[in-house]
Amino acid sequence: MLGSGLLGRATLWAFALLVLLFLVLPILVIVPLSFSAGAFLHFPLPGLSLRWYARLLEHEPWRITLKNSLIVGAIATLLATLLGTLAAMGLARARFAGKGLLMALMLSPMIVPVIILATGAYFFYERLGLTSSLLGLAIAHTVLGAPFVLVTVSATLGALDPTLVRAAHGLGAPPWLAFRKVTLPIIAPGVVSGALFAFVTSFDEVVVALFLTGPAQRTLPRQMFDGIREEINPEILAAATVLVALAVLLLVVAELLRRRSARLRGIAP
Amino acid sequence: MRSTGTLAAAFAAALLTAALPAAARDLTITSWGGAYQNAQRELYFAPFQKETGIKLVEDTWDGGIGVLRTKAQGTPVWDVVQVETDELVLGCEEGILEPLDWQALGGKDKFLPAAVHECGVGAIVWATILAYDGNKFPTGGPASWADFFDTRKFPGKRALRKGPRQALEFATMAQGVPPAEVYEALRAPGGIDKAFAKLDSIKKDLIFWEAGAQPPQLLASGEVAMTSAYNGRITAANRQDKRNFKIAWNAGFVYQIDSWVILKNSPKKAEAFELVRYLTRPENQAKLPAIIPYGPTRVDAGELVPAEFAADIPSSPQNLPHGVFFDASFWVENVEKLTERFNAWAAQK
Amino acid sequence: MATSAVELRRALRRAERRSTLGGLALALPLTAFLVVFFLLPILGMLAKAVENSELAIAMPRSTEALRAWQGLGPPPEPVVAIVAAELKEAHARRQSAMVAQRLNREEAGWRNLILSTARRLPDGPQGSWLETLVAIDPAWGEPAIWAGLRRAARPWTDIFLLAAIDLHRDDHDAIVRVPPDQAIYLDVLLRTFWISALVTLFCLILGYPLAYLLATLPERWANPLLILVLLPFWTSLLVRTAAWIVLLQREGVINDLLVRLGLLAEPVALVFNRTGVLVAMTHVLMPFMVLPLYSVMRGIPLSLTRAALSLGATPFLAFRKVYLPLSMPGVAAGCLLVFILALGYYITPALVGGAADQMISYFVAFFTLQTANWGMAAALATLLLVATLLLYVVYARLVGIDRLRLG
Repeated sequence: MLGSGLLGRATLWAFALLVLLFLVLPILVIVPLSFSAGAFLHFPLPGLSLRWYARLLEHEPWRITLKNSLIVGAIATLLATLLGTLAAMGLARARFAGKGLLMALMLSPMIVPVIILATGAYFFYERLGLTSSLLGLAIAHTVLGAPFVLVTVSATLGALDPTLVRAAHGLGAPPWLAFRKVTLPIIAPGVVSGALFAFVTSFDEVVVALFLTGPAQRTLPRQMFDGIREEINPEILAAATVLVALAVLLLVVAELLRRRSARLRGIAP
Repeated sequence: MRSTGTLAAAFAAALLTAALPAAARDLTITSWGGAYQNAQRELYFAPFQKETGIKLVEDTWDGGIGVLRTKAQGTPVWDVVQVETDELVLGCEEGILEPLDWQALGGKDKFLPAAVHECGVGAIVWATILAYDGNKFPTGGPASWADFFDTRKFPGKRALRKGPRQALEFATMAQGVPPAEVYEALRAPGGIDKAFAKLDSIKKDLIFWEAGAQPPQLLASGEVAMTSAYNGRITAANRQDKRNFKIAWNAGFVYQIDSWVILKNSPKKAEAFELVRYLTRPENQAKLPAIIPYGPTRVDAGELVPAEFAADIPSSPQNLPHGVFFDASFWVENVEKLTERFNAWAAQK
Repeated sequence: MATSAVELRRALRRAERRSTLGGLALALPLTAFLVVFFLLPILGMLAKAVENSELAIAMPRSTEALRAWQGLGPPPEPVVAIVAAELKEAHARRQSAMVAQRLNREEAGWRNLILSTARRLPDGPQGSWLETLVAIDPAWGEPAIWAGLRRAARPWTDIFLLAAIDLHRDDHDAIVRVPPDQAIYLDVLLRTFWISALVTLFCLILGYPLAYLLATLPERWANPLLILVLLPFWTSLLVRTAAWIVLLQREGVINDLLVRLGLLAEPVALVFNRTGVLVAMTHVLMPFMVLPLYSVMRGIPLSLTRAALSLGATPFLAFRKVYLPLSMPGVAAGCLLVFILALGYYITPALVGGAADQMISYFVAFFTLQTANWGMAAALATLLLVATLLLYVVYARLVGIDRLRLG
């Protein structure tokens, strides 16, 4: 058996820890570099300073692109959460022949390479007047984010006992009330973690942004992309560190939600 | 509950207004990024906005007639663009560029002859040169393009601009052809094949850059031992980041003129033209070399450049004899075929 | 009694139908949204792979004449006359560039031929129209350009799809291989599959033991470690790519360390080449391997392997005969997912790879954004999409759509 016996177990632990280091270390290594007092990406650091963070605040492009990214992210998250939640509830109660196919279509944006959506949107959104606008980008990001919501909400719905809803109906609650008082509290963790996924997807997306946006709609990832391509300096790493902090925050929230939802569904712990 | 709903609706409405395509967009200017565009922003773009009240949005690009073609589709998102000569000639011929009003620019005789075109006005005189980090070669760096292609004498990776332009010229110079005869050699039967063969000889040690800001970065990070580069970026890195980069002017270089053009069907034509006129004022052109050593295209601006900065400019008397002027007619005729060939060659292992 | 049973069954069926209809109504908005903003754009893009309308728009009479003409060019004088006259008209309408662009797809260099001819065409023929054309450029006397024009006159074209697999049509319209110095796309396609396969393999080798350890740990230990697996997943792709460049640069952290430890005499090239692409992609895609493996392994009761061990099986045999087969669904799910996602990668190879490490997505972007060669972009995108969808079907059959989650 893999890792049976003390020696085997120790080897397994050592290997797994190395793999975990491989996963985490590259992300953590940029954090100290962003606090460097010098301009070069070397250890040991010549000294610590916040100068690169000050640059982030001063430089106009960071502010503008952050604002654009937040607008796009907010719209995409709202739309994806709304559409994804509705669809998850619908698919949970519908029984019909083509259901698997419909599900496959709805989840396909997770699988189909982004470049395909980006190229298609590049040609097609123009006809709808959606190129060079944040709305067009937000719509494309909704396409990418909605499947995540669908998946997370479907998972929580699987735990919803339909007799509860029926009981609410039986007690005279109109559908909206039954939804708010029974269904929503149970699926809420799924909805919120789906929304988090959708937001992260949009906030990190660069391929569609490269295709759809003009100079006035640059987003944060585009700004990062150009920066990485031309010159990786501590300023870029400062921006990256802020993004890592955000990722940690969102990850913790998502993880807490997952546990809460698991508890509600009666799965240990 | 009511107030939450109202708040949510207001939030959604605010988001949508922020995201909807603006009815009228701002004037855009597209240049070559990095230290060069930083200089342009400080010297031209910011003062222009202050002086005229016209809001300006910047973009960057790395050249290529194909990019210009995609940007000219429908209502363009770009207005004023700085282009290389072959892009200027091809774009004008294809009708994707706006003809300029030369009277308003001060008359054709005010400019170097090569800076005058139906659809474009010269922006700068610049060069692609051989650069290296002086600190890495204490006993003397590469002095010729033959050295650049000699990985035994000077080990290490090299970088070239992605694409055939200037690369074929340098590969030809590396075969011992003097700069002045480079285009003759390339036009001779087999000349292009010989240049490609030369490039192929160091392929495993070559990496390619696209943006002008990359070569100084590649030198600074030690990723390459030497690289081709736009001359101004190297001097700017020395001045601003206290680098000790060297330009091997004597190795031979290709110098050329970039032009300002306005895309056809630009919805901001009048403002775009006003900007081009501002950019080509003699006193404005003369300011550039102090920050980044690119030469002016106006005869009357050349006289205004302080002598101390002239030595770093490609057209200075000690540099000019080693340079060859970019042969626009050769490239107009061949750029697409050779770009395709170059890309195929680069993509093959 | 019997009637009421039938009635009940009927009422049940009615209720179910009502519930299904209500459910469909709820699923409709997302379905419609995806059809309009996802499906239609993709179908429209695919159509561009065979679209051939430039000549028909700019030179309709020539298109008709060329369609009627058979044989190896140059065609008879009446056809040549129509083409010449109409090219001149198109030039006056500023549509000659469109024709030139289309012909340039047949052979690089024909843009010049068309544009310079259009510029220099006289109002009337000097001698025959063919002689006039040949006087402007001898290429008009060759069959090649006429065969090209005829191909451009067809209602649709296969040149882009053929070019995407390194084929083209010769003057006789036969399908032949392109010259070796232009043949790159089969290579790119193979490279895309090869890089994806290697990345999948690396993810499996690194991910399997990790997932196994996590699955056999008590939950209060496994959960925090699992968060470490999830962290890269939630971190921006660009941040991770930037991090790898910082680490792998010639004077980067890893080279620094190895040289200082005396393991390397001098720094080696780890980035802007294949090594960089493989390392960075393995890192980026690893969570997609570990998570499906972990969720399958969690469901494997340890008692089974313990039983095998107590029956005298060696640890290796117990693993091979009992645990490995039980974990295969996770292996299949993880490998398929990583492979499918890897196929479409663009950003990471573009930033950490060299020119010879770019995958198919890079070329789709290149043709769309940098050369306006949309036929070629669409043809390559079609290949990528078909490969992805085939694997998606395999995934659906083998693993199940309902198990598809990326987080």
